[in-house]
Amino acid sequence: MEQTGSLTLPADWRDFFALTKPRVMTLVIFTGICGLLAAPGSIHPIIGFTAILCIAMGAGGSAALNQWWEADIDREMKRTASRPLPSQRLKRTDARDFGILISATSVAIMGLAVGWLSAGLLALAIVYYAVIYTIWLKPRTPQNIVIGGGAGAFPPMIGWVAVTGDVTLMPVLLFAIIFMWTPPHFWALALFVKMDYAKVGIPMMPVVRGERSTRRQILVYTILLAPVAVAPWIIGGTGFIYGVAALALSLAFFALSLPVAFRQSIEQDSMQPEKRLFGFSILYLFALFAALVIDRVAAGQGWI
Amino acid sequence: MTPEEEVEFRKRQRSRNWVVGGVLLFFAVLFYAITIVRIGE
Repeated sequence: MEQTGSLTLPADWRDFFALTKPRVMTLVIFTGICGLLAAPGSIHPIIGFTAILCIAMGAGGSAALNQWWEADIDREMKRTASRPLPSQRLKRTDARDFGILISATSVAIMGLAVGWLSAGLLALAIVYYAVIYTIWLKPRTPQNIVIGGGAGAFPPMIGWVAVTGDVTLMPVLLFAIIFMWTPPHFWALALFVKMDYAKVGIPMMPVVRGERSTRRQILVYTILLAPVAVAPWIIGGTGFIYGVAALALSLAFFALSLPVAFRQSIEQDSMQPEKRLFGFSILYLFALFAALVIDRVAAGQGWI
Repeated sequence: MTPEEEVEFRKRQRSRNWVVGGVLLFFAVLFYAITIVRIGE
């Protein structure tokens, strides 16, 4: 962790902001809000806002810790070489301390203002992403994306628990949906973006098991996702608005994954099916969670 | 430090101070609001 002598200027605050991966955070905030709004019961708007703020801070803190740990790897990859640490706009130890500070702060505020169960889940999510995923398993197994998906799956669960104060089947299902959704989402991207993970020794699925196996696994997770996505309706946790949306979206996701699963890319391939699947996967998650909130609000208003 | 560097140094220091001040003020207001809400429960 050597520092270069050229780094005498105080770091720009924007570089600290960039450490929190603001674009990833938008999805975290969205699914967190959905969990909060879909949960039965009510929460004071200020406490609800605090809960979402803490989820966002926790996500930002673990993203900073992720970049602190992976600074050497990021420097070797085109996609990440311009991040604050590899481009030496920020001291590595500053990134670490910043990550720990906002992570710890987010858990403390969550516990004091919202509740200690949601604070505990938030702490678990941070440790899961920063330690279990980033430090331990990501460099060791090609299933790393499956494991990493677990970290992204916490926000709606935490949002839900912030309202109800207990962990029931519904928040666990919301967790399972994002968990199953992440592998096809990320591997579709990995197929058409030539990432230089191989160069830095991160065992990504297309590199380790090959394209064919990755394509089949995309299909497997898409099939596993469908029953999990529909389950909240089956168990009676939601009404038909969510149920129909989940069915339609999952069918479309499955239909788009079929051509991806059973083809092989050629030289100069335009990778259209993979790009379409990746684009749709983002729409899928937004639409599914939006449908959940609409369904619950409609039920709360007595419309369905 | 050259005069140009000094100017840049001060500029960054100032913008950082504003951001830290803003964040602290935000949290002060937030904690006040949380306290009021929780007292009322």
